[in-house]
Amino acid sequence: MIYQLAGYMGRKSLSVMGELSHGAMLINETIYWLFLGPFKKKGMRWRSGIHQMVLIGFEAIPIVALISLSVGIIMALQAAYQLRRVGALIYVADLVGISITRELGPLLTAIILAGRSGSAFAAEIGSMKVTEEVDALVAMGLNPVKFLVAPKMLAIMLMLPSLVLISDFVGIAGGFLVAVGGLHLNFERYFTQTVHALMLNDILTGLTKGLVFSMIIGFVGCHEGFSVEGGAEGVGLRTTRSVVTGIFLIILADCFFTVLFYLFV
Amino acid sequence: MTDPIIQVLDLVTSYGDLKVLDGVSLDISRGLITVVAGSSGCGKTTLLRHLIGLLKPVSGQILLGGRDIVTMSEKELYRIRTRQGVLFQSGGLLNSMTLAENVSLPLKEHTELEDSTIQIMTRMKLELVGLLGFENFLPSQISGGMKKRAGLARAIAMDPEILYFDEPTAGLDPVTSAEMDQLILKLKKTFKMTIVAVTHELSSIKNIADWVIMLDQGRVIFSGTLQKTLVCENPIVRRFLDRKPGQVVYDSQKYLNAITGMSL
Repeated sequence: MIYQLAGYMGRKSLSVMGELSHGAMLINETIYWLFLGPFKKKGMRWRSGIHQMVLIGFEAIPIVALISLSVGIIMALQAAYQLRRVGALIYVADLVGISITRELGPLLTAIILAGRSGSAFAAEIGSMKVTEEVDALVAMGLNPVKFLVAPKMLAIMLMLPSLVLISDFVGIAGGFLVAVGGLHLNFERYFTQTVHALMLNDILTGLTKGLVFSMIIGFVGCHEGFSVEGGAEGVGLRTTRSVVTGIFLIILADCFFTVLFYLFV
Repeated sequence: MTDPIIQVLDLVTSYGDLKVLDGVSLDISRGLITVVAGSSGCGKTTLLRHLIGLLKPVSGQILLGGRDIVTMSEKELYRIRTRQGVLFQSGGLLNSMTLAENVSLPLKEHTELEDSTIQIMTRMKLELVGLLGFENFLPSQISGGMKKRAGLARAIAMDPEILYFDEPTAGLDPVTSAEMDQLILKLKKTFKMTIVAVTHELSSIKNIADWVIMLDQGRVIFSGTLQKTLVCENPIVRRFLDRKPGQVVYDSQKYLNAITGMSL
C-alpha cells in the first residue's frame, strides 16, 4: 500500500517535471523565433501570422462584444441595486468603468480566447502530430516552433490586447445603456462621470494583464498540442486540457497581477 | 561494399524497458538502394527515425559522411535535413495546403529562388510522379497512392542526396506498387540518389533492392546483396522470403499462466 502510494507520487511528479521541462523548452524556443526571427531572412512567417490574426482577433469580435455588452449591463444593474440605497446612483459610472477596464475586460476576453483559440492551437498541432505532419516538417528541415508556434504567438499577443480595448469600450457602453435607459441618469453627467473616474493606468493595467493572458493561452495551447500522443482520443484529451489549464492559469495570473497593481500602481 | 555514406555503429534504443534496437551496426552505400526489411515490430521504422534524426538513441553512433548526427547540434541537424528527403508512410503532406503548396514549401523556405522558378520546379516534380494537373487539390481530395506520390514529389523538391522511404508500397494495390517501384528505380538512375527504403513487401524488395539488411527483434541478422539474400540459409530470412509462419511451440503451462495473468 505504502509502496503503491510512493510509486504513484513518484510517477506523478516525474510526469509533472517532464511537462514543465517541455514547456520551458517550448517557451525558450518560441521567444527565440518570436523576437529574433523577424530580423533573420525568412525567420518569421508573416503571412501565416496575419492569417492567424484574422482567425484569433477579427473573427472573435462579435462574441467578445456581445459578452462584454451583457456583462456591462449586468454590472450596471448590480451596482445600481446597491448604490440606490445610499442615493449614490451616479457612481454606477465609476464602478462599471473601473471594473471593466481593470478586471473584467481582460479576463472575459482571455477566457473567450482560451476557449476559441487555445483549444484550436492544441487541436491543430495535436492532429498534425498524429498524422506525422510535424515529423514531416522536421524532416524537411523546418522548425515546427518557427513554423507553427511563432505566428500563432505573434497573432494572439497582438490580438488579445486589441480585443480587450473593444471589450472595454463595449462593456462601458452596456453600462451606459442601463444608466440612461433604465436608471434615468443624465447622459452627459454619466459620460463626464465615467471620464473622470477612469485613469490611463486603469486601461494600461488591463492591457498588461491581457498581454500576459495571451502568452498563457498561446503557450498552454501549443504545449498541449505537441504533447498529444496516440490518436484522436489524445487530441481530444489535450484540447480539453488546454482550455482547463489555460483558464486556471489565467485566473491565477489575474489574482497575482491584481494584488500587484493594487499595491504598486 | 564500398563508399558508405551512412554508417551506424552499435545503435541501442529502448521504449521504457523494451529494447527496440539492440546493437545495430550497418553501412549504407552511396548511390545504391538499400532496403531495410523485417517483419512488423522488428524495429525498422524506429531505425529509420534515428537515421533522420527524429529520435535520439540511448547509445551508439550514426555517421553521416563521417560526422556523428547523434551528438550534432539541432541547428546543424536542420541544415543537414535540407539535403535529404523523407517519404512518410502516409505521405506526411500538410493537410491544410494544396499539393503545389506542399511541394513548393521546402523551396520557398530554404532557397532564394524567384516565385516563378519555384512554380516551374514544383510542376516538374509533380510531373515526375505523374500528378501534373492536381496542383490545386488538397490532400484530403486525393487517394492514398496519390498522397504517397505527392509526398515523394515534395521529398525530392530540393534534389536531395539521400532519400528515405518508410514503407513506400504498403497499402497500395499491386499496380500502383509496381509503379512506385519503377519511380524509385528512376530516381536512382537519373538523379544518382542514395535511397534507403524500409519495407516488408517482398515483391518490392525483389524489384528495387541493391542491398538488403534484415532486422529481427532489434538486431541485424543479415546484410548482403539481393542475390545473396535470395539464397540465404538463415532460417529467419528464409521464413520471411518464403512467407512461412514462425514456429509456435505449444507449452500448456505457459499458456495457462499467460491467460490467467499469473507468473511462475
